[in-house]
Amino acid sequence: MSKATLSARFRRVDVDEYDENKFVDEEEGGENQLGPDETEVDSLIRQGNLMEALHAVLKNPPINTKNQNIKDRAEGLVLKVLSAFKSSDIEKGVQSLDKNGVDLLMKYIYKGFERPSENSSAVLLQWHEKALAAGGVGSIVRVLTARKTV
Amino acid sequence: MAYHSFLLEPISCHAWNKDQTQIALCPNNHDVHIYKKDGTKWTKTHELKEHNGQVTGIDWAPDSNRIVTCGADRNAYVWTLKEGAWKPTLVILRINRAARCVKWSPKENKFAVGSGSRLISICYFEQENDWWVCKHIKKPIRSTILSLDWHPNNVLLAAGSCDFKCRVFSAYIKEVEEKPGPTPWGSKMPFGEMMFESGGSGAAAQTSGGGGGWVHSVCFSHSGNRLAWTSHDSTVSVAEGGKTTTVSSLSSETLPLLCVTFITENSLVAAGHDCYPVLFVYDSAKGSLTFGGKLDVPKQAAQKGISARERFQNLDRRASETQGTDKDLNTLHKNSISQISVLAGGRNQCTKFCTTGMDGGMAIWDVKSLESAMKNLKIV
Repeated sequence: MSKATLSARFRRVDVDEYDENKFVDEEEGGENQLGPDETEVDSLIRQGNLMEALHAVLKNPPINTKNQNIKDRAEGLVLKVLSAFKSSDIEKGVQSLDKNGVDLLMKYIYKGFERPSENSSAVLLQWHEKALAAGGVGSIVRVLTARKTV
Repeated sequence: MAYHSFLLEPISCHAWNKDQTQIALCPNNHDVHIYKKDGTKWTKTHELKEHNGQVTGIDWAPDSNRIVTCGADRNAYVWTLKEGAWKPTLVILRINRAARCVKWSPKENKFAVGSGSRLISICYFEQENDWWVCKHIKKPIRSTILSLDWHPNNVLLAAGSCDFKCRVFSAYIKEVEEKPGPTPWGSKMPFGEMMFESGGSGAAAQTSGGGGGWVHSVCFSHSGNRLAWTSHDSTVSVAEGGKTTTVSSLSSETLPLLCVTFITENSLVAAGHDCYPVLFVYDSAKGSLTFGGKLDVPKQAAQKGISARERFQNLDRRASETQGTDKDLNTLHKNSISQISVLAGGRNQCTKFCTTGMDGGMAIWDVKSLESAMKNLKIV
């Protein structure tokens, strides 16, 4: 019965970390990105000013931050605003956004698809249809190729 | 608009000779076929068999009549026409991954090869040893080079890479040329110096910005002062030498564009996975890039009322009685367009350009007739 008496700790070394050709993403500082302002958005929803709420919730997207909580909170907030819209108003909401806004909205929509809750998919699909009409397939391609996800 | 279907396989790459009577193309295998124009027909005149892997790039030098090909077998060959046959000369590229693209320099005394080994090989002919020698540009390339384009001054080289950046390098080889004069991209140009890099500190911070996508295609304008590139995140960008801190980008609504070329100093034509070429207009004063129009003449499907027989056929085939025209591709190319080349007029006054794609077909587009066919299309 032979057992290696020398240390086997080398087996725990991750050799890929030492590969000099390893591609490392350039992480720009995103620590101060807190996501959209929750209080502002909530008050706008309560006032019934949904257009403003949409614009407010799409400000300060937590793209660069590594903090998963901030991202989840932002996604939840966006979902709240999107669900608050009436179906007939969705198109106007999308029209009021500029190109970057539509791209960002698409990112949030796909993020929402990832973790479906009770009614979220239906609402998100309605928004997806209108955002697709505004942004075209290109906006979906940008969601897929973006290295910094929302 | 002439369209000729060469094969059923995709055309990997193509190159025209000087007077556009012959085209060299790779039918998605290890060979290069040369076709000669015979009135309206194309006849195959030569088969260049030397590569052991798919031929990924072909370039035909117009004046010296040499063809350079590069392939997935990590080799490049320079072919010269001797007594009616094309004879290959091997070029040692010293790369350990596939070569992806190759371009002759404007003076045809050197060529550049982009590869998966994260470097660019600049090859020139050494008279004393009577063979091709290469030098490498490595830093700071982090991934495969997908596309190359030379500046008219024969020294600067633009490279689009899979590390999401488009860069301009100096490929000055002192053995074959004089020191270049200053350009808007810079004045000191030692070999391997990076004169410009996109997406770095130059790009404006956008909410949806970030890395972008793989740079599929790069193109210098005729004067060399402007550089355009297309990226996999469906964007097209133009940078101007001297004003490199502001890069104009346009996020398009289409699928990613795979190839781009300037047709005048202000207009670009790009094509890609949407199977039709698209025009973009660059306004230098405003620094803006705008969508100019879709350049394809769709076949006017004669909707003359469907006969009963067709109705049943449609029902059988599609479970619906109507002709589903939005699912049919009514563009000239039936699959993605992978390469575009200027045929006549140069990059400042292009009158004809050619596209080849994954449907094995080649289309020649006439700029004048496109302008008259599409209303609101203005090529500035």
